[in-house]
Amino acid sequence: MFKSIRIRAALTIVICLAALVYLAPTLTSDLLPEIWKNYLPTDRIHLGLDLQGGMHLVLEVETAKAVESTLERTVGDLKENLMDKRIRFKLRERTKEKNVSFEFPDAASRDAFDKILKDEYPDLETATSEMVEGRGVVSLKIKDKRAVEIKKLAVEQSLETIRNRVDQFGISEPEIIPQGADRIIVQLPGVKDPARAKNLIGRTALLEFKLVDEEHSLDDALKGNVPEGDIVAYESRLDRTSGRRSQNPILLKNKSLLSGDALENAKVQIGDRFGEPHVSIKFNAQGAKDFDRITGENVKKRLAIVLDGTVHSAPVIQERISGGQAQITGSFTMEEATDLAIVLRAGALPAPVTILEERTVGPSLGQDSIDKGTWASIIAGILVFLFMVFYYRWTGLIADVALAMNMLLLLGIMVLFKATLTLPGIAGIALTIGMAVDANVLINERIREELRLGKTPRAAIEAGYTKAFLTIFDSNVTTLVAALFLFGFGTGPVKGFAVTLTIGIVVSMFTAIVVTRIIFDYFVWNRKIQTISI
Amino acid sequence: MEIIKTETHFDFVKLMKPAVILSVAVIVIGIASLILHGGPNYGIDFAGGSLIQIKFQEEPNADKIRSALKPAGFEGSIIQKFGPKEVIVRTAESGADPKGLTSRVDEALTAAFGKGAYEVRRIEVVGPKVGKDLTKKAILAIIFSWIGILIYVGVRFEFRYALGGIIALVHDVLITITFLSVFDKEFDLNIVAALLTIIGYSINDTIVIFDRIRENTRKNIKMSLFDCINVSVNQTLSRTILTSLTVFMVLVVLFTFGGAVIHDFTFALLVGTVAGVYSTVFIASPIVLLFEKIKPSGMKKRK
Repeated sequence: MFKSIRIRAALTIVICLAALVYLAPTLTSDLLPEIWKNYLPTDRIHLGLDLQGGMHLVLEVETAKAVESTLERTVGDLKENLMDKRIRFKLRERTKEKNVSFEFPDAASRDAFDKILKDEYPDLETATSEMVEGRGVVSLKIKDKRAVEIKKLAVEQSLETIRNRVDQFGISEPEIIPQGADRIIVQLPGVKDPARAKNLIGRTALLEFKLVDEEHSLDDALKGNVPEGDIVAYESRLDRTSGRRSQNPILLKNKSLLSGDALENAKVQIGDRFGEPHVSIKFNAQGAKDFDRITGENVKKRLAIVLDGTVHSAPVIQERISGGQAQITGSFTMEEATDLAIVLRAGALPAPVTILEERTVGPSLGQDSIDKGTWASIIAGILVFLFMVFYYRWTGLIADVALAMNMLLLLGIMVLFKATLTLPGIAGIALTIGMAVDANVLINERIREELRLGKTPRAAIEAGYTKAFLTIFDSNVTTLVAALFLFGFGTGPVKGFAVTLTIGIVVSMFTAIVVTRIIFDYFVWNRKIQTISI
Repeated sequence: MEIIKTETHFDFVKLMKPAVILSVAVIVIGIASLILHGGPNYGIDFAGGSLIQIKFQEEPNADKIRSALKPAGFEGSIIQKFGPKEVIVRTAESGADPKGLTSRVDEALTAAFGKGAYEVRRIEVVGPKVGKDLTKKAILAIIFSWIGILIYVGVRFEFRYALGGIIALVHDVLITITFLSVFDKEFDLNIVAALLTIIGYSINDTIVIFDRIRENTRKNIKMSLFDCINVSVNQTLSRTILTSLTVFMVLVVLFTFGGAVIHDFTFALLVGTVAGVYSTVFIASPIVLLFEKIKPSGMKKRK
């Protein structure tokens, strides 16, 4: 099959046409006819963020905190359990490692505690156990295996939550991918307000409802005597006239009566009085029941709505609320209210998230880069084209045909594999133009040598290709090795460079060896040319 | 047309000694430069920090920018020109408060220049953790590519050739780093990409000559390796010059027209390509020759 010129030529033409078909959408923008859209590929070449503009974030999920908060919650539950069962214990001050310590006055309580721990709390285990002044002191931690599970779950949930948030924010083609054990990569092409997007993605958004402690003295607490089970939080209030935000301290009971996961929906609504936006929330069935009970038990007390540790408002419960609905007010702008609603709907992040890396490219720079890159490549291409003809004459022209085909195939393959084109990638394409010529040069120089030795054109061509092949193979494989490492090491734009380089090298081997051979053979065998212009 | 009409007969091997001395001299300059500058000029990709590219309507005055940014807390920032009417502001802080960074800059610039007079084109913030990660990955990538190539060449040719090739590659990387340091260019991810590309390209070059040497040593059993190398280099001279020329052509165009973003990248590639050809002709082969004196090559006997 490979001897026949016709078959080889036909195959090559088919491949080229296929490449053209894949490239058409990119080159013609919206001019494709309807029929095309049904049967043929419509993807345009995928541009990297540095060319289309957008934001790239690397987030780290603080999985340790997820384990910590699970520990806190479980221990809180355990405390209530012990109190219900009337087992005597005392909570000790936090040890250095922030483990919770229980102190037992006698062996009986200690034994009862141990039994409850074993029976009802499979995730906890004792971290340390010692005797202090005749009393048993035990500190607890989460079992290692369970801790690993919690961490994994935290990352998965974070991924899901961030996806939800980004979805509602309305970015087309976002990419949210995990990386390693606890990192998440977020790519938002074409994002118009990167600061807002970052805020939306990065906030933990933990909503909690806590009672205000009006029995104890706030001043005392501020001086350092925080009553047991209480916490000092701050309410952020915006003074409408001066526009300044003030932070007012408030004493809350630490126990979270209800949290954000009890919500079914959250919507932005405009208030009647001042026309200002607030977020209206609706609890799910269980949440509504709980809310009903809480408000019923605490009429005339103040309930604080806490978001990420900051108190938004702490209205007085006028009466029992059984409808399962509430409002979060607090001097929002429309944007802030919308984002809060999004974040409440999508859910809280199970653990806080830090932004490790951010790269944002504005669309104008992206377009600039495309323009400059494309122009430079075209100029370089023309230069090389002309040079080849100048130096090798007709054979140079053949090499140019191979070069053109090279570019076509390179871009077509990129569309086919949905590879990303970046600015260094465009440089890589230009580089491929320069390097692709190499294979042709090797072959041509060989042919020249053979001709000098006195061989006929046919024999010279045969010998030239055979001898050059091994050299081309060896040298290109080693370049591929380097490109492979580049691919593994690089991120974003650099990866794009590695991809175009790799595809470019492979394609150039094909065009140089197979395609130019077809043309040579055609002229020598079919047209029986006696001398070659080389 | 032909640049080299008939077989040339330059005695390259004789030129090897002065060439090696020249290389060593350049590398020594590089080391001196590195010491002078206190190490390589690490970009934020490796050192961590923030980078903001701003385009102004009017040609900006660096001092005015600096004083504008001072209240925002950018005391120690470096301001560099980055193309016509564009500037890069670089600071070491990577934002315990990353959202704060962008808005602070916006506020400060609006106050000093007016809202529409500037445009933030690009922002890059790299936290210290990621910076360390990338540095490690970069070094590993370069070292492993050297090793990978060493193995492949060792298998296809002989160990001494692999050694020659690797030393040529190390040479190229060192020369490129020298030029980068002397011209005070920043070391960022793109530069590492350029180095890896240079490695790939240089070995490509070197193998073409090695291949010729292998062919000639097998054909001419009587010829000494010394002469074989000379003949091989001469035979491939045409091709070496040509390919280097086309690649160089492309790089010069990219360097001139490619824009500021890939400017340093193409600079590194330019230096590296020239170094690559130089090392292929004058460094790789002497190593092989050196080994020949110690232990004659087994290449002739293999068939």
